[in-house]
Amino acid sequence: MKEKLVVIGNGMSGLRVIEDLLELENDKYDITVYGDEPYVNYNRIMLSYILSQEKTFEDTIINHQSWYDENNITLNKGDKVVSINKEDKTITSKSGKIESYDKLLIATGSNPFIPTTPGSDLNNVIAFRNKADVDTIISTIDKSKTAVVVGGGLLGLEAAYGIAMHGVKTILVHRSGSILSQQLDTTGGRLLQKNLESYGIEFKLNTTVKEISGTTEVETVTFSDGKSVESNIVVFATGIIPNKELAIDAGLESKKGILVDDFMKTSDESIFAVGECVEHNGNTYGLVAPLYEQGKVLAKKLAGKEVEGYSGSTLSTRLKISGVDLFSAGDYLGDETTEELILLDEKVGVYKKLVIYDNKIIGIVLYGDTADASWYLKLLKEHTDISDLRTKILFGKSALGDSGHGGDDVNSMSDDEEVCGCNGVCKGDIVNAIKDKDLKSLDDVKGCTKAGASCGSCIGLVEQILVNTLGDEYDNTPQGICGCTDKGHAEIKQIIDEGDFDNVYDVFKKAQWKTEDGCAKCRPAVNYYLLAKYNDDKYMNDKRSALVNDRNFANIQKDGTYSVVPRIWGGLTTPKELKDIADIAVKYEVPTIKFTGGQRLDMFGVTKEQLAPMWKDLNDCGFVSGQAYAKGLRTVKTCVGNTYCRFGTQDSMGMGVKLEKLTWGSWTPHKYKIAVSGCPRNCAEATIKDFGVIGVDSGWELHIAGNGGIKVRVTDLLCKVETEEEVYEYTKAFMQFYREDAYYLERTAHWIERVGLQYIKDDMLNEEKRKYWAARFDESQKSAQVDPWAKAIEDGFTKEFDKIVINPEDSHSFEPKGV
Amino acid sequence: MAWYKITEVESIPSMGSRIVKIGEIEIAIFKTKDGSIFAINNICPHKQGKLSEGLVHENVVTCPLHNWDVDLASGEALGNDSGCTNVYESKIEDGLVYLNFITK
Ligand SMILES: Cc1cc2nc3c(=O)[nH]c(=O)nc-3n(C[C@H](O)[C@H](O)[C@H](O)COP(=O)(O)OP(=O)(O)OC[C@H]3O[C@@H](n4cnc5c(N)ncnc54)[C@H](O)[C@@H]3O)c2cc1C
Ligand code: SF4
Ligand code: SF4
Ligand code: FES
Repeated sequence: MKEKLVVIGNGMSGLRVIEDLLELENDKYDITVYGDEPYVNYNRIMLSYILSQEKTFEDTIINHQSWYDENNITLNKGDKVVSINKEDKTITSKSGKIESYDKLLIATGSNPFIPTTPGSDLNNVIAFRNKADVDTIISTIDKSKTAVVVGGGLLGLEAAYGIAMHGVKTILVHRSGSILSQQLDTTGGRLLQKNLESYGIEFKLNTTVKEISGTTEVETVTFSDGKSVESNIVVFATGIIPNKELAIDAGLESKKGILVDDFMKTSDESIFAVGECVEHNGNTYGLVAPLYEQGKVLAKKLAGKEVEGYSGSTLSTRLKISGVDLFSAGDYLGDETTEELILLDEKVGVYKKLVIYDNKIIGIVLYGDTADASWYLKLLKEHTDISDLRTKILFGKSALGDSGHGGDDVNSMSDDEEVCGCNGVCKGDIVNAIKDKDLKSLDDVKGCTKAGASCGSCIGLVEQILVNTLGDEYDNTPQGICGCTDKGHAEIKQIIDEGDFDNVYDVFKKAQWKTEDGCAKCRPAVNYYLLAKYNDDKYMNDKRSALVNDRNFANIQKDGTYSVVPRIWGGLTTPKELKDIADIAVKYEVPTIKFTGGQRLDMFGVTKEQLAPMWKDLNDCGFVSGQAYAKGLRTVKTCVGNTYCRFGTQDSMGMGVKLEKLTWGSWTPHKYKIAVSGCPRNCAEATIKDFGVIGVDSGWELHIAGNGGIKVRVTDLLCKVETEEEVYEYTKAFMQFYREDAYYLERTAHWIERVGLQYIKDDMLNEEKRKYWAARFDESQKSAQVDPWAKAIEDGFTKEFDKIVINPEDSHSFEPKGV
Repeated sequence: MAWYKITEVESIPSMGSRIVKIGEIEIAIFKTKDGSIFAINNICPHKQGKLSEGLVHENVVTCPLHNWDVDLASGEALGNDSGCTNVYESKIEDGLVYLNFITK
């Protein structure tokens, strides 16, 4: 027999628990819900939008009757539960139903608090809490009268705005000197007030309502400053009180709210409570985000799953008024022990304040520009030390390292940044859901992740993520990698993975290419995928499928000459090596020698015929190819480190040489650069490399997926390790994961933007997977660490570099047979 | 116009090329996958890239500098690009490659 679960309250938190529970376990309970209001479950938050006429009631319904039916949930709407008998385990409803339960969930929300005011019992003195209130407001307000809203908090402002949108003169009365004082400091409050005044709201600050008068209905409102106004409606938004009477009557322990433990259990074994009606650890909450967090814990508990207890929430809020961007979180006021970073532009209406304590963000106020809200919130929640970001942080994430992400906020968001504050949904959750569950529309995403399903202020962001993630698929025409095929990289990789191929042409046949030979786009890609799959020992790299640099092992320049770069391990050389290079350069009359950005010597202006003899001479002096042309490891750049530098904490030169010896050789989807700095001063610029290693006192920081190209991208921190062995293991694992997972010609920076940091962390921070990738790297290096120059000479390839010279004067003109 | 003997067919790599220098002219001789030989002025109609270093597919070479596709038979740039470079008559006889060009 199924257990019987009875829910009191058909509101936002109670029903969310049921939704979460059904996801985990849909056959464990017989569920019955009692709701005081005569409706199915609707989104209370959206009442503000109904009032401002931006949404209809239909838009706000979360679960229709059909949902209750499909899930065999009995809904008693418009029926209030009047008592709980915990000894008999029954409840009694107003209509007289007596229902027994095995488990009971109290989710009765809260009641509006209306301060005792003469005349507050008149008709049309109401709160702003439920659908009925909104109906009353809309049917009462009158353009010839003034509406009065009491309370300058979120709810009061939204009420005033909603009413003002009907063209009704609205006065907002607020007890203190600055509106939204629970969320905003005075500067922010002032800017917001100015903005709202432009909608026709009149503010009366430091004022209260002294008296409301009228016969049966509101006629006049008198304020504490002695002034009065003719009015026909007063809306109180002056706070809420947890709705705990039922629980108190039943003998459950309660203080401000119904007391619950970390698993939302009340003082009775079988009775749980969630939402605004509860008090957890001394706190009550009036926003959905924490309530949903509580709900998640409770759902798992009810499903009988392992779960960590609820431990309280960091609150953040947004104001749902069109055209007003406002965000605040944490301790936004600060005190004498805190510092403030402030950016204020009154004219444009932008205000940003970060409250800092001990180099960490503890409070955020954003007004007018909330694009970086989730980033700041993440820094706050993760207690990130922001010393290094201080000077730029207020300009937002895009200002860091001039990363060229400007305006494209979805792309610059990392996976663990929160998109939907109400439901605690991060970007990564949305991206994964779209990929894993094959979601195609905004509604799918809302339904599946709940992102955007509550207060709705993040919906634009969610949609951008959807478009970005689906990319081509969004308009339903998957794009091929070139004109030869309709298939994209993912599909081609899969075909290669699943089959067995000797050469690129077999892949073309299998995958039904439209051309026989492919082209300069697809052939190098397929050749790369085969190399990455089989390594150099089981697959012959097809030089004719490589572009010029990768084929000729040198970089072609615009005049058709080449540049030659010998490998200089870790950027460290010797007088002898320099002398050898100089001698060779003199011998071949190299016109230009340049130090490269990657600390190598680049000899320019070498002709194709000179390549082989020059390589031979370099080989003879002990040099191998620096692979400055390769889609593979280019250079490991190092700073001087603790060998000489007074700041150095680690031997960056030694580490750099070792890493270069470890990683040179095998092909990667695109060029790959590493740098090692000996301390966080980062002289080797490790944070714009594909893989950056930075020595710190306690070991090494490993950074990934930076790029110093057209679009600068600063690395993401992968992790911190203590030993050199760990550095090697991560270096190998990350490079191999990139080799096998990324698309051809996709730099690590683009790869990470596509798959997300979390995806990479999942494999890199998991020991078993990391070891797997590192071992595969070792395997691939075995056949790859062969000097391409020496090999090209040895196997005769360089013969074709020579020109065939014909002197028409000396040679005989020749009449072939048949002509 | 006269035919000149250039080299053995085998010394031109399949789907690759060799550069032939005749006086001041540089000609790229290509061998396509099916073994056909093409001779073309080694200058891309776009910005003088060395076509000899391009990737060969069917009867087309993709210039190594900016990826123009140039038809080996006609010397014309393909697709949306326009431009043309000289081509030369060639033939294979007894395993040898011959080129027909004007000497001055
Ligand atoms: C206009 C408005 C705007 C808001 N905007 C935001 C916002 O932008 N962001 C945000 O996070 N939060 C916002 N909130 C707050 C948010 O709606 C609440 O925090 C949330 O609804 C609380 O959920 P709950 O389940 O605890 O209570 P409720 O959603 O109120 O559900 C409780 C339900 O229980 C019913 N009930 C009570 N007693 C009984 C009984 N004895 N028997 C049967 N049924 C009973 C009630 O009728 C009610 O339907 C807003 C609230 C309002 C009113
Ligand atoms: S990064 Fe640190 S150790 Fe390296 S050179 Fe700069 S200051 Fe010195
Ligand atoms: S920055 Fe531009 S000009 Fe300079 S080497 Fe790179 S591609 Fe050439
Ligand atoms: S020079 Fe050939 S494409 Fe530009």
